[in-house]
Amino acid sequence: MKKYKLALKNTFNNIKNTLPILFGIVLLISFIITIIPSSFYSNFFTGNSVVDSFLGALLGSVAAGNPVNSYVIGVELLKQGVGLVAVTAFVISWVTVGVVQFPAEALLLGKRFALVRNIFSFISAIVISILTVLIIQFL
Amino acid sequence: MIKKIIVKFGMNWVFLFLVLFLYLLTLIFNQTLFIKSLIYAKGVLIEVIPVLIMVFAFTFLANLWLTNKKANKLLSSKTGPLQYFTAVFLGILSSGPIYMWYPLLSELKEKGLNNSLITIFLYNRAVKIPLMPMIVYYFGLPFLLITTFFMITFSLINGYFVAKFTNN
Repeated sequence: MKKYKLALKNTFNNIKNTLPILFGIVLLISFIITIIPSSFYSNFFTGNSVVDSFLGALLGSVAAGNPVNSYVIGVELLKQGVGLVAVTAFVISWVTVGVVQFPAEALLLGKRFALVRNIFSFISAIVISILTVLIIQFL
Repeated sequence: MIKKIIVKFGMNWVFLFLVLFLYLLTLIFNQTLFIKSLIYAKGVLIEVIPVLIMVFAFTFLANLWLTNKKANKLLSSKTGPLQYFTAVFLGILSSGPIYMWYPLLSELKEKGLNNSLITIFLYNRAVKIPLMPMIVYYFGLPFLLITTFFMITFSLINGYFVAKFTNN
C-alpha cells in the first residue's frame, strides 16, 4: 500500500510540474499555427537546392502541428516549383526539430540536451533530404 | 527581479504566464486571432488528452515498479543493441505530440535513462506508421522507404552524438 501511495505521490508531483508547461506549449503552438498562413511558406524559397534545403529545414523547425499538415504544404510547394530537397528537409524537420516545443523540452529534459538534440536533428534533416533526392534521382 | 520571480513560481509557471500574457495582448489588439487561436487550442487539447492520460499512467507504472534500485540496475548497465532496438521500436510505436512524452522521459531520466536512448526514442517518433499510406500517396513508395531508412539510421547517429556532447 505504501508503495502505491509513494508512486501516486511522485506521479502527482510530475503532473503538477508538467501541466503548466504542456498547457503553455499547446497555447503557443495554436497561436503560431493560426498566425502563419499556408501561403507564407511558398514565398520563402530561392530556387538553389542547397540553400533551399537549409531554408526548408529552417521553416520545418519553426513550424508546428500535425505532420499531415507538413505533407499537404509540402505537396503544394512541389506544385509551385519548389525542389524536392527543400520539401524533404521541410517535412523531416517538421517532425524532428521543435523550436516551439524547445522551452518545454529544455525545462523537462535539460537545456543542453534540448539544444544539442535539436541542432543534430536540424543537420540530419538537411543531410537526409540531400541523400534521399540523390538516391531517388539515381533510381 | 526576473530571477526572483522564477525562483518563487518556478520556470514552468513563468512560461505559462508569458504565453497567457501573449494571449492577453492578442485579445486587446486582435480579437479574431485570439478567438481563432483559442478554438485551435481547444481542438489540440481534445486530441492530446487521451495521450496525456496514457503518458501519466505509464509514469505511475514506472514509479510503481521501477524503484531507484531496480532502475539503476536496469538503466545504468551498458547500453547495448537490445536497448537501442527497443528505443527505436517504442519511438515508432508511440503516438501523440512529441511534447506529451517529455514528462515520462524526464521521470525515467531521473532514474538513470541515458540521453542517447531518449534521443533515439524522440527521433523515431517521426516515423509514423499510420501516416505511411499518405506519404506514399503524396510522395511515392521510394520516398517513404528511403526517408524511413535514413531516419532510423540517423536516430542512432544522433543518439551517439547527443550523448557525447551532453557528457552523458
